[in-house]
Amino acid sequence: MKKDGGEMSEKKKKPYAGMTLMGIISVGMYAALLLNQDFLNNYFGHGGAYAFLLVATAFAFSFVHGSFTGHFWTVLGVEAAKKKREVK
Amino acid sequence: MHDMVKEAANFINLDVMTVAYLFIVGFVGGLVSGFIGSGGAFVLTPAMMSLGVPGLVAVASNMCHKFPKALIGALKRAKYGQVDVKLGIVLGISAEAGVLYGAQIQENIKKNFGDAGSNLYVSAAFVVILAIVGSFVLLDAWKTYKSGNTNEEEKLTKLARRVQSINIPGTMVYFKSLNAKVSVLFTIPLGFATGMLAATIAVGGFIGVPSMIYVLGAPSLMASATELVIAFVMGLGGSLKYAMHGLVDIRLAMIILAGSLFGIQLGAIGTTYVKPHMIKVVMGLIMVIVLFSRALMVPVYLSQLGLIQTLSDALTKTLKNVSFGIMIFALVLGAFIVLKAMWQGRRVERLQHAGAALEHGKV
Repeated sequence: MKKDGGEMSEKKKKPYAGMTLMGIISVGMYAALLLNQDFLNNYFGHGGAYAFLLVATAFAFSFVHGSFTGHFWTVLGVEAAKKKREVK
Repeated sequence: MHDMVKEAANFINLDVMTVAYLFIVGFVGGLVSGFIGSGGAFVLTPAMMSLGVPGLVAVASNMCHKFPKALIGALKRAKYGQVDVKLGIVLGISAEAGVLYGAQIQENIKKNFGDAGSNLYVSAAFVVILAIVGSFVLLDAWKTYKSGNTNEEEKLTKLARRVQSINIPGTMVYFKSLNAKVSVLFTIPLGFATGMLAATIAVGGFIGVPSMIYVLGAPSLMASATELVIAFVMGLGGSLKYAMHGLVDIRLAMIILAGSLFGIQLGAIGTTYVKPHMIKVVMGLIMVIVLFSRALMVPVYLSQLGLIQTLSDALTKTLKNVSFGIMIFALVLGAFIVLKAMWQGRRVERLQHAGAALEHGKV
């Protein structure tokens, strides 16, 4: 994998900054989630209009953590095949 | 519904081991979903229940991790040109209707026959559908492998050719994955069936993906990628419905999501390295193994309903454990095949790259 990573860095820069930034925000969000468990469950457990807040929370996590995990694999050099097998 | 809310108030306590367990199961489930478009849910829900999470909260929390995961997976695979958004949305909306109908059936069965009746219905659906569709998918993959035509473009089935040739004015829609116009009167029942299955066994993709391939004529890679759009639409609607009743445990959903987003990115990358029939291999294998897992539970529910002789507690416990073990095995095997195929694909690409560099050097 390292060898691949080396080849890649010659072509384009790896997203170290993006990964670090999103990683920090993601860890922060998870810490906030786990540290405020009772508070969150109490609110979201009410149901009703809180459902929209809950779905918005899920979207926020998926955006931040999704960007982080995407960058994470790129930094490790795990990327899609160069010759994409696109389907016609 | 008040009972459900009371049940939801029973959110479990989380410790480090529980978080790690959910993260890992999420990762493996995500890896398989990223590759075949679905899966993982059939292990995640019982995995949560094994931690003491009430059934409905497990289903609701699983749903709430599914739609953000499917969104990220669909976006990733769209980059590789594998997603047919229009087909995904058309099927997704009809699937949503199927989910609502399927949930209604579940509720009625539960009301009339209790938990054991509902579990028996779920297991019977698992066994019948997975036996028919799973063995068909696996057989097709095996035939492709034996014929040695794994590099060739997939051929349309007779059924798909027929479906594509029928013209019903006013209902025809062009889908890029099919490169043809198909009447929405065909897609609606397929979407509906996908949704009904999702409401029953949590994995609508076991109908969605094969129906896109064999009935509509989509290539495997596009069918599995488009299933992620369907899963997103279905998951979003389902999550809102459950969340309105306060049934979603956001902590469980987000912890599973933490692992599954790592997995789904990797599974999506994996699809660019494999031959299309590998999607069918992984899907068919998982379906057939899960079928055995659920079949083991049928006697337990029959005995609870008093339809057969009562099983001893020890035997019931053993059957439950073996069934859960087999399901985990199905998921891990799927993940193993994906990773192995990806590893081999990367090695071939590196060798070709090295060969080309050497050639270039000589010139």
